[in-house]
Amino acid sequence: MLSRRWALSIVVAGLGLVAGAGGCEKKSEAPKGPAPAAKTPDSGSKAGTEAPKAGGAAADKAPPSGTGPILIGHYGSLTGSEATFGKSTSEGIRLAIKEFNAAGGLNGRMVEVKEYDTKGDAKEAKLAVERLVKSDGVVAVLGEVASGLSLAGGPVCQEAGVPMISPSSTNPRVTKIGDMIFRVCFIDPFQGFVGAKFARENLKAAKAAMLYDQKAPYSVGLAQEFKKAFEKLGGQVVAEQTYNGGDQDFTAQLTSIRGGKPDVIYVPGYYTDIGNIALQTRKLNISAPLLGGDGWDSEELGKIAGDAIKGSFYSNHYAPDQADAAVKDFIKRYQAEFNGKTPDGLAALGYDAACLLFDAMKRSKSLGGRDLRDAIAATRDFKGVTGSITIDENRDAKKGAVIVEMAGSPLGPKFRAQINP
Amino acid sequence: MQSLADNLAHQPARGVRDRVLAQAPWGVALLVALVVHFVLGPVLGPYWSQVATQAAIAVMLAVSLNIVNGYTGQFSIGHAGFAAVGGFTGAAVSYYGALALWGGATKQEGFLVPGEWLMVGGSLLGAVLAAGLGYIVGLPALRLRGDYLAIVTLGFGEIVRVLLQISGPQLFEADDLRSSGFKQWFPPPLGGAQGFTGVPTYASLFWVGLFAALVCIVAYRIKFSSPGRALLSSREDEIAARAMGVNLARYKVRAFVLAAALAGLAGGLYAHTGVVMQPREAGFIKSFEIIIFVVLGGLGSISGVVLAAIGLTVLPEILRDPQRLIEAWGLLAAVGVLATVGGVAMRRSGSRWAPLAVGLGATALGLLAVALVASGANALMRSATGDPQANIGKYRMIFYSLMLIGAMLLRPQGLMGVREVWDHFRRARPAPGRPGGAAT
Repeated sequence: MLSRRWALSIVVAGLGLVAGAGGCEKKSEAPKGPAPAAKTPDSGSKAGTEAPKAGGAAADKAPPSGTGPILIGHYGSLTGSEATFGKSTSEGIRLAIKEFNAAGGLNGRMVEVKEYDTKGDAKEAKLAVERLVKSDGVVAVLGEVASGLSLAGGPVCQEAGVPMISPSSTNPRVTKIGDMIFRVCFIDPFQGFVGAKFARENLKAAKAAMLYDQKAPYSVGLAQEFKKAFEKLGGQVVAEQTYNGGDQDFTAQLTSIRGGKPDVIYVPGYYTDIGNIALQTRKLNISAPLLGGDGWDSEELGKIAGDAIKGSFYSNHYAPDQADAAVKDFIKRYQAEFNGKTPDGLAALGYDAACLLFDAMKRSKSLGGRDLRDAIAATRDFKGVTGSITIDENRDAKKGAVIVEMAGSPLGPKFRAQINP
Repeated sequence: MQSLADNLAHQPARGVRDRVLAQAPWGVALLVALVVHFVLGPVLGPYWSQVATQAAIAVMLAVSLNIVNGYTGQFSIGHAGFAAVGGFTGAAVSYYGALALWGGATKQEGFLVPGEWLMVGGSLLGAVLAAGLGYIVGLPALRLRGDYLAIVTLGFGEIVRVLLQISGPQLFEADDLRSSGFKQWFPPPLGGAQGFTGVPTYASLFWVGLFAALVCIVAYRIKFSSPGRALLSSREDEIAARAMGVNLARYKVRAFVLAAALAGLAGGLYAHTGVVMQPREAGFIKSFEIIIFVVLGGLGSISGVVLAAIGLTVLPEILRDPQRLIEAWGLLAAVGVLATVGGVAMRRSGSRWAPLAVGLGATALGLLAVALVASGANALMRSATGDPQANIGKYRMIFYSLMLIGAMLLRPQGLMGVREVWDHFRRARPAPGRPGGAAT
């Protein structure tokens, strides 16, 4: 009996000791942070039960003020099948932050980014944003690339009153979530129109075939818009085929498309599938060029498809070889930062989204959600890498698109046409 | 099974008091829900409350799958399909119902508002639909012996996924709904590949807590009931069970239908947590997530499966930013060592609470190990990339997978084997020769 009591008392004493130590730890931390609202997220060394409350309260009510770093959030697919999207965006954001801080930050206050992975999964995206706005207390959120994930994260930002800027979600519904949600890219109806216009006017195509990923909202939306615009411009869609993202064999769909003898094949999918589709298209001796959207934009595409993708086109937010001083300068700085890697459109959009946010921060009365929102909404003719950005009344960006061709050696996107709204 | 025999010793009596007590589970579930909502919620804060909500839904899915995979020893790999049926039904009822009744699907604030009852109704309807489909799918497959159920359920999940993909576009306005005709409703407007959005987030901790508790109680009472023993007997030895006159097909189908219904219920609640309902929710990757909960927790053990579902939902979130865990290493080390040492001492003295202390200590030490590895990996990455902010958070799924592999190598029978947590508290020192955790 004695030893039992002894054992219990050890546990109780131990727990008491630990609790005491935890308390001391907290006390000794307190004087360090003069601006608790801004510092809470990182200084909370305790096991994460108290910090979220403080962080959430800071985001809701008192706008962070003082001298501590300003925390912004980014959620993106850093792993999973669209991982280069998240990585490129993240690199663009980090370059923007580095330059902003080097230029003195916001009146001497530095900006820090908190970044969470979504795995390309809607539940993960929601939890990541919950964590950013309610636990870490960020002043604004950047992300996601995929529209389906922005639709999961957006409502959280809207509810918490934290502005969110999506760098590259093109689905129209994203900014319809509410008045806190913005984007710096064009939307699907416009991109579908750009593809159709290019096919009709530059390629002089009369007959088009479509092959889209019925699993991806992005792909389905683009295909619908392309069809609408292409038929309106007097063209004819002769074949409509679907696949499931991750499929390996497209022979059946492509054979059926070959029967329609199209002048161009519209394939608005993601780059991993496009590589395989291009290879199999050429294997079936279909010579019509492929045409796609910004989902093609990855340096992986050339690696997967090689020569098969040569001479195909896609609509994008910018082209690295554009004859524009701002673009050239951006590419130089990006390459210096990331070992000579050429930035893709998503990196440029990530950079623009972050720069636009910093610009709004400078103009904003405070860093509170409402004030910052109003400042972002008032953005007019912001000079970004991906063009001049004006936020319209739907919180979408009014801007043009470019068409690039996969060409050259090493194989990469080359500027072909600029199409404005 | 010892624990089963223990329970059989309590034969139900027929007094009024016993009849009242027989209804106690309802009260317990309600109490759990209220405590979770009004005490746990504020303590956790908004973010961890969301994680807790997802954990509760994971518990419902895991415990319901356990009825098939754990009790009867069948192998169903289409559980997410049933959850998706319930999920999309619940989402459609709740969203279109709100449009029709109130003209808009904005969330009504407050506790137990009408919208929440619509969610409950929709989820229950989803459960009924899932049960119906479970009957159709299960009836032919479960009459046979062998792995047919696995193949059939895999096919079922994929069928649900593809049907959802080709469903019609979502109707967003009340006017669209009013003017909609047959064309809009066939195929049903479930959003297609674009997914179903805008479902109000009524799945509060109260509701998920209530239903998770109810699901656990249902699973528990079945396990220790006469049909439950029939199910367990079919897992242990089909021929022997048949010889004893157990109608295997009937019991298996009943178990499967019940599991499908509970999964549908869980899916209905999941649709109300603010996620975009996409067809991939029905895919087999989601089904495998649930199977992992069950296998890791221990096939047949309710408490083990509950612990696994909670742990595997919370762990990736902790690993999202291991910094806090690393900073708390002192706390973890102290709790781990003291609780383990204390627990061992308690066991020696025959205390029934020894497993609790040992469990606490082991958990703390496990988290400490994670923190140390994460800290080392962080340092390595920072020196390799030269980026002081580098964080292994990005590679958390590797850690998660390594932990699963480790757990399966060290404890192939799962966390709890076939036993329950409380079995460990019955007697501090297990009698020699007591059946351990042999799952098969």
